[in-house]
Amino acid sequence: MANIVIDRIRKSFGSFEALKEVSLTINDGEFVSLLGPSGCGKTTLLRIIAGLETATSGDVRIGDRSVIGLPPKDRGLAMVFQNYAVFPHMTVYENVAFGLRMQKADDARVKAQVEKAAGLLHIEQYLDRYPNKLSGGQRQRVAVARALAVEPKVLLMDEPLSNLDALLRLEMRTELKTVLQSAGTTTIYVTHDQTEAMGLSDRIAVMHNGVVEQVGTPVDVYNHPATRFVGGFIGNPPMNFIKVPVSNGQVVAGAEQFVAPKEAGGEVVLGLRGEAVELAPLPQGLEMKVRVAEPMGSHLLLTGSIHDQPVRVILPASETVRSGDTIGLKLDRNRITWLSPESGKSYPAVAA
Amino acid sequence: MSSKTVSAASPAGFVSSRRWLVWSGIIALCAWVLVPIYLVALGALGGRQGVYQWPKTGLPTGISIEPFLLFLRTEGVVQSFLNSLGAAGITVALSIILGAPAGYALARYNFHGKDSYRLLVLLTRAFPLAILALPLTVSFIRLGLYDTITGVGLIHTVLALPFAALVTQGIFLGVPKELEEAAWVFGCTRIQAFFKIVAPLALPGIVATAVFAFVISWNEVFAASVLTVRNRTLTAYLLTVLSESPMHYRFAGGLLLILPSVVFIFAVRRYLFAIWGISSK
Repeated sequence: MANIVIDRIRKSFGSFEALKEVSLTINDGEFVSLLGPSGCGKTTLLRIIAGLETATSGDVRIGDRSVIGLPPKDRGLAMVFQNYAVFPHMTVYENVAFGLRMQKADDARVKAQVEKAAGLLHIEQYLDRYPNKLSGGQRQRVAVARALAVEPKVLLMDEPLSNLDALLRLEMRTELKTVLQSAGTTTIYVTHDQTEAMGLSDRIAVMHNGVVEQVGTPVDVYNHPATRFVGGFIGNPPMNFIKVPVSNGQVVAGAEQFVAPKEAGGEVVLGLRGEAVELAPLPQGLEMKVRVAEPMGSHLLLTGSIHDQPVRVILPASETVRSGDTIGLKLDRNRITWLSPESGKSYPAVAA
Repeated sequence: MSSKTVSAASPAGFVSSRRWLVWSGIIALCAWVLVPIYLVALGALGGRQGVYQWPKTGLPTGISIEPFLLFLRTEGVVQSFLNSLGAAGITVALSIILGAPAGYALARYNFHGKDSYRLLVLLTRAFPLAILALPLTVSFIRLGLYDTITGVGLIHTVLALPFAALVTQGIFLGVPKELEEAAWVFGCTRIQAFFKIVAPLALPGIVATAVFAFVISWNEVFAASVLTVRNRTLTAYLLTVLSESPMHYRFAGGLLLILPSVVFIFAVRRYLFAIWGISSK
C-alpha cells in the first residue's frame, strides 16, 4: 500500500497551461476523486501520475519514492481506462491475467488471482469469451478485474463509468464501492460527475482551469465550498449566490439579521444551498419572486429571483406554491456561506 | 423516403430485391476477375489448335497440361520465375521491415515536419523511373548490383515503400492508443506492448500491405528490364521472349504471371480480414 504525494506539478501544452502548480496528498488506502468540468486538467494529472504523460515540472511520489521519469510499468499501479481498453485479441481470462503474466507469476497464482478478481466483478461465466462478445458494462467489469488482479498499490480510474448508460452506471457505482472498500487500495478516480464523486470518495479534489480549488470530504465540499466555482459546480441545483449590501457589519434578510464576515466591504455574496431554506410568512421572510414552480415528486423546485438575482430553491413536496407567487423564505443560519464578491473565495465561517 | 414506404408495405419484396442486387453485384465482380483468368488459362492449356480455333466455344475442350509443361521446360522460364519470386520476397520483406516502423512513427508520434515528411515520401513516386534509369544503371554497375535480383528487389522496394509507410500509418491509427497505454501500465515496455498488443491487432492490415508490395514487385517490368541482362525477372523475360513466340506460349506465360499472385493472396486471405474487430468500443 502507498500514499501519493503530488508536489507542485505543472504541465503546459505549448502556451496553454493545463496544470498550474497542483499539489495534493493522498493517504494510504484513501479514495480520492478528481472532480471538475472537461478541460480542467484532471485527466492530465492522472496520466502524469500513471506515467503516460510527462509533467513540465514538479514531483510525484508514490510510497515516498519519486516516480518522475519511471516508465508506467515500474510505478506499481493499475489503471482503468475510460474506453475500457480491454485487449480484443485475448479472452477475458487472458485480459484479467495480463498484468500477472507480465510479472511472471506462476500459473497457480495467475489462476487464483484471476478467479478472485472475476468473482468480485461477477464475470466468472465469461472468462473464455472474447471481449467483442461482451456488453459495455461487462467489458468495464473486465477492465476493473484486470486492474484488481495485480493487487496494485495504487489504482487509477479515468472516468470508468462515463461510457455506460445511466441505469448501469448507478449499478456499477454501488458495486465499485463494495469491491474497492474490501480491496483497500489507494485510489484516484477522475470524473466530471459530481454524484459519482460524492458517492464514492473519501475526499474530493475539485479542479478548475488547472488548479485544485478545494480538497475535502464530500460533505465538507458540499456545505462549505471554498470558492464560488465549487459551490456552483457541486450540488443540483447549484448553490445560489446573492449579492447583498452590508451595513454596520450586518446583512439583513427579511426580518432576520446576519453577522457579516469582518473582512467584507460594502457588499458580500451570500451563498445559499437550495434546500437550506423554509417557507416563512412575508414581512418576516426574505422575499422571493417565483417564476416557475416544478413539483418533482420528492420535492418542489422553485426558480425565481431574490433581490432581482436568479435563485433556485427546494421546498418539501407538501408545500403548495404556484408559478408567479411571491413567497417569504427563512434561511438556515448554519448553512450560509459568505463569499467575497471580488475574488469569489469564501470567507472563514463567522459565529452566527 | 420512398424506399422506406416500400419496405413497410412489402418487406419481403424489398428484402428479396435487395438480395438480388447483392448477388448480381457479387457475380459481376467475380466475373470481372475470373473470366479473363479463365480465358488465359484456356489459351495456355488448349495448345496451338485451341488458340487459333474460331469461333471460340468458350468451353474447355481438348485441353491438356502438356503445352504448359512444354512452356515451363523452355530455357530461362523457371529461372526467371524464381528470380521474380526472389525480387518480390526482398520487396515484401524490406517494405514491411522499413515501412511499418515508419507508419507506426507517423501514427503515434508528433514531430516537426511530419506533414512535409509524408509529402516527401509520396514525392519519391513523382520521379519517372525512365528518367532515373540511366543514372541508376551506372550506379548499380559501380555498386555491383547490376544484373542481380538484390538490385531489382531494392528498386521495387523504393516503389512499394511509400505506400507501405502510408498504409501502415492508417492501420496503426486504427489500433486505439489506450490499448497500448493499458499494456504499459500493466507491465509492458514499449517494445513488448508493440509485439503483444499492437502487432496482433494490426496484422490483417500489415498482411494486406505485404500483398500490395508483392503485387507491385511482381508486375513491375520497366526497372527489371533495364537493370538486368541475364538474371531477368519473369515479366522482363516474357517481354523480351514472347513477342517472338507462338500464341499459346504467350498465354502460358500470362498464366504463369497470374498464378503466384493468386496463390499468395489465397494463402494470406485469413489475415486480410480483421478477426477481432480492431476497436474495443
